[in-house]
Amino acid sequence: MAKSLTQEFVKGLWAEVPPFRLVLGLCPTLAVTKSIENGIGMGIATTFVLVGSNVLVSALRKLIPSKVRIACYIVIIATFVTVVELVMQAYAYPLFLKLGIFIPLIVVNCIVLGRAEAFASKNGVFRSMLDGLGIGLGFTLALMALAAVRELLGTGALTFWVTPIQIFGPSYQPFKFMVEAPGAFVALGLMLCLMNLVGKK
Amino acid sequence: MGDLFVLAISCILINNILLAQYLGNCPFLGTSKKMETAIGMAMAVVFVLVLAGVITWLTNTFFLVKFDLEYLRTVAFILVIASLVQFVEMFLKKSIPALYAGLGIFLPLITTNCAVMGVCLINVNEEYNFMQALVASFAYAVGFGLALILFAGVREKTMLARVPRPLQDTSIALVTAGILSLTFMAFKGMV
Repeated sequence: MAKSLTQEFVKGLWAEVPPFRLVLGLCPTLAVTKSIENGIGMGIATTFVLVGSNVLVSALRKLIPSKVRIACYIVIIATFVTVVELVMQAYAYPLFLKLGIFIPLIVVNCIVLGRAEAFASKNGVFRSMLDGLGIGLGFTLALMALAAVRELLGTGALTFWVTPIQIFGPSYQPFKFMVEAPGAFVALGLMLCLMNLVGKK
Repeated sequence: MGDLFVLAISCILINNILLAQYLGNCPFLGTSKKMETAIGMAMAVVFVLVLAGVITWLTNTFFLVKFDLEYLRTVAFILVIASLVQFVEMFLKKSIPALYAGLGIFLPLITTNCAVMGVCLINVNEEYNFMQALVASFAYAVGFGLALILFAGVREKTMLARVPRPLQDTSIALVTAGILSLTFMAFKGMV
């Protein structure tokens, strides 16, 4: 049964939200969620790559021979990643420095290749664009949620854009564990647990 | 020589690729359910990462930098890694079938393992010279293997434990990884 266009878009927001439901693309999820700002930046960059590669893959799906399709997809994705890299260097340099090697690493993010292979290679251009947008937005929201928890507990503040906004006031003792590496794993694990609790009933 | 040793130790333990730099987590969770697959993946990563580290370093120094093409780095690296993996697979199949049987299914997975691409990028960003790049690639790969095998051991035990329902599978694995990562954090300040 063909899904309606809205369903194609909405599924990325809850039913198939990337790092939680499909356990893919964990590395950026764990690495950049030290602050909400990083989470948003990474989310937008990934969304752009997803939409771009989905559109191009689906437009070229009849031309790409199936034997070398993975290589073709990777080149398409790498091209869009390079575009993001250069644009960020030009217009958002501080953020580019913070995200560091995780921007070029969008190339090997399994979500992007996964959508190209599982969805865009079989569906029309417009549908693939909506799919990319939905999954990308879901990914961004997931990153923001995880980043909010980690940043709030780890520093007592939230950074939406450049300057941190104090939430807990000066008497709060920052729970440093949350912004370090182990905190990322534990926070994501507990969030998955929460998703399971809410989703299963 | 001493510097290289310090570099190796810091890459294996302090900046452990999985637990401190968060790279290569998909295979980390995917192949750690059984000890056997963990060992296979670890070996495959050591094998490919050393080759990839060296070849991308050479590509970068003698090709990209020389012709001012650094903006193509991402595209170039992923192509080098993807074709290297393909080549290694064909080579092993022909000449060392025993090793191929062991690593076989893990090799294609390595193309999208961000640990490989990540280390290649770190080598270039840190401006390592050839020997440093070689040692760092090898040490990061050993660190990957070490963390993966340790984690697989722990995970086999948690399979037998009674875990609350919502925490099962990936969720408990991530919390376990967090605790493992905490122990690796203790190495900070060693060098």
